[in-house]
Amino acid sequence: MDALIPQLLNGSAQGALLLLAALGLSLTFGQMGVINMAHGEFLMLGAFTAYLVQQVIAASDLSIPVALPVAFVVAGLFGLVLEVTIIRWMYRRPLDTLLVTVGVSLILQQAALQIFPSQGVPVEKPSWLDGQLNVLGYNWPLRQLFTIVLAAVCVAGLSAWLKYTSFGRRIRATVHNRDLAETTGISTRTIDRLTFFVGSGLAGVAGVAASLIGGTNSQMGAQYIIPAFLVVAAGGIGQLKGTIIAAWVVGVALSCFAYWTTGSLAQVLAFILVIVFLQLRPQGLFTVRTRSLA
Amino acid sequence: MTKLKPWISLSGIGVFAVLLLVIAPLVLSDHWLNNVGKYCCWAIAAVGIGFAWGRGGMLVMGQGVFFALGAYSMAMHLTLETAGDQVPGFMVLYDPLAPLPAFWEPFRSTGFTLLAIVLLPVVVAGILGYALFKRRVKGAYFAILTQALAVALATLISSTIRETGGDTGLSDFKYFFGFVLNDPANKVMVYSIAAALLIVCLLAVWQFYRSRFGELLVATRDAEERVRFLGYDPANVKLVAFVVSALMASIGGAMFVPIVGIITPAEIGAAASILMIAGVALGGRASLFGPALGAMAVGWGQSSLGSTWPDGWTYVLGLLFIVVILFLPQGLSSLPARFAALRRRPTVQPTPAIAAAQLEEVRS
Repeated sequence: MDALIPQLLNGSAQGALLLLAALGLSLTFGQMGVINMAHGEFLMLGAFTAYLVQQVIAASDLSIPVALPVAFVVAGLFGLVLEVTIIRWMYRRPLDTLLVTVGVSLILQQAALQIFPSQGVPVEKPSWLDGQLNVLGYNWPLRQLFTIVLAAVCVAGLSAWLKYTSFGRRIRATVHNRDLAETTGISTRTIDRLTFFVGSGLAGVAGVAASLIGGTNSQMGAQYIIPAFLVVAAGGIGQLKGTIIAAWVVGVALSCFAYWTTGSLAQVLAFILVIVFLQLRPQGLFTVRTRSLA
Repeated sequence: MTKLKPWISLSGIGVFAVLLLVIAPLVLSDHWLNNVGKYCCWAIAAVGIGFAWGRGGMLVMGQGVFFALGAYSMAMHLTLETAGDQVPGFMVLYDPLAPLPAFWEPFRSTGFTLLAIVLLPVVVAGILGYALFKRRVKGAYFAILTQALAVALATLISSTIRETGGDTGLSDFKYFFGFVLNDPANKVMVYSIAAALLIVCLLAVWQFYRSRFGELLVATRDAEERVRFLGYDPANVKLVAFVVSALMASIGGAMFVPIVGIITPAEIGAAASILMIAGVALGGRASLFGPALGAMAVGWGQSSLGSTWPDGWTYVLGLLFIVVILFLPQGLSSLPARFAALRRRPTVQPTPAIAAAQLEEVRS
C-alpha cells in the first residue's frame, strides 16, 4: 500500500500530461479526422515558448503563468498556418494528412535543433511549485499537482467551450454533418481553422507543462506523439471522457510498470497494453453510435 | 492509372536485373557497390510496403519491426559465427560470467537462422494482422499501431544492452556463412545476393499484381465493404498482403546486416520506418517499380546528402513528404501518365489525382 500511493500520484500526473498532449489531438483527430503527426512538435513549440518568455520575464514566478497563454497562441498560430497552407487540401485524404504532417514535424524538429542548443534549454520552475504536499505520508511534488490542475482546467474549459458557446455548437454541428451545417449558414472553413487553432494551441499549453517536468529539446515532441495518439485511440473518437480515462490509466500503468521494471520497459509494456486493449475494443472506450458500416 | 502490359513490366524487371547484377559490379567501385547493396535492402522492404500500402491501402508505418526481425536474426547468427564457441565480446563486457541468453542458442545453426528470417515475420505479422484485420482496425489506427510497435521494439532493444547490444547494436561480423566478409570477392557475392533477392521480390509482386489476388487486393483497398458483400473476407486478403510485405522487410533486413556490417535500434525505429515510407511515396506507392526506385533514391540521398549535409537532408526529406503527398499522391511514376493525359486533352485537368482522391474518399 505504501508503494502504491506514490505510483498512483506520479501516474496521475503523468496521465495528466498525456491528457494535455492528447486533448488537442482528440479535437483535430477526433472531430476533424486530421491525423496531425506534427502535434508533438507544437507541444515542443510550447515548451520553447516557455523558455523564451523566461528570457524576457526573468522572474520565473511570473513567467510561467504568462507563458501559458502565449504558448497557446504561438502553437495555435503555427497550427493555423499549417491548416491554411497544407491541411485544407487534404480533408478528402485523411491517411495522407498523416504523411504530410510527418514531413512538417521533421522540418520543425530540425529547425528547433538548429535554433536552440542541441542538448536542450532549461526552463526554471517557479518557486511556488517547489514545495511538496504530504499525501498519506508521501511527499508529493507540487508541480505534479500543477499538471493535474492545468489538465483539469483545460478539459473543463474545452468542454464548456464546445458545449455552451456558439463556436462550440458550430463545431459540433460541422462534425456531425458537414453539408447540413453548411446549409444552415455555418462557414465550415472558418470552423475548421478555428478547431485547428484551438487543438494546436492546447498542444502548446501541454508543452509548457512538459517543460516543467522533463527536458526541453528538439526531440521532446517525438516522445509524446505516439502515446498521445494511443490515448486518443483507446479513449474513443469524439469523446472527451474516454480520452480522460485512457490518459489516466496509461499514466498510472506507466508509473507502476516503471516501478516494477525499468523506464523503457514500462513504455513497451504500456504500448502493448493499449494495443491489446484496442484488439478487444477497436472503437475505443466510448463511441458515438453511428449507422455507418465501417 | 494506366495498366502496363505484363510483358513490358517483365522486360523492365529484366533490364533492372541486368543493370544491378551485370553492369553495376563491372562499373562501380567497391565502396559504391556496397552502397547500392544497402539501397537494394531498403528497396526490398519498399517493394513490400508498396504492395501493402499502394495496392492494399494499409499504411504500414512500422516495417522497421519486421526489418529488425530479419536483421537481428542474421546479426545474431553472424555474431555467434564470429565468436565461435565463446560468448560474444559485447556480452562479456557487461557480465563476464553469465552464459549466452537462451534465445541466442538456436541461432548458431545456419538452417534455423534462415528459417527464422522467413518464419518469424510471417508468424508475427500473421498473428498481428489476423487480430487487427478481423477486428476491422484500419486506416490511421492501423498506421499508428504499427508505428507504436516499431517504437516499442526499438526501445526494448535499446534497453536490453546485454541481450541485444542496446544502442550500439551488433557489429564486427567477420564471417558470412563461412565466407570471410572482408574479402572483396565475397562482398560482391553478398551484394549479388541482395540484388537478386530484390529482383525476385519484384517478380513476386509482378505476379501478384496480375493474379486474381492482386485484383481482389485493389478491390479491397478501394471498396472494402463491397468486397465483403460479394462474399470475400477482406481480412484474409489484407492479411496475406501484410504478411508478404513483412516477409520482404525481413529479407531486406537480413541482407542489410552483412552488407552494412552493423544493425542498431536507430535502423529499425520510428524514424527508419518513416524513411522506408518516404521512398515508396516518392516513387509511387501503387506502381511496380516506383517503391524500389524511390527507396533507392532516398537511400542515396540518405548516404550522400545525409552524411555531408545532415541538417539540410532533414529539410529535404520533410519537404519531400509534403510536396509529393500534396501534389503527386501517386508518386513520380504517375508523371508520364499525367503528361500523356495533358497532351491528349490539354484543357482537362489530369485525371489520376482526382481518381486517387475519390479512391481515398471511398476508403475512409
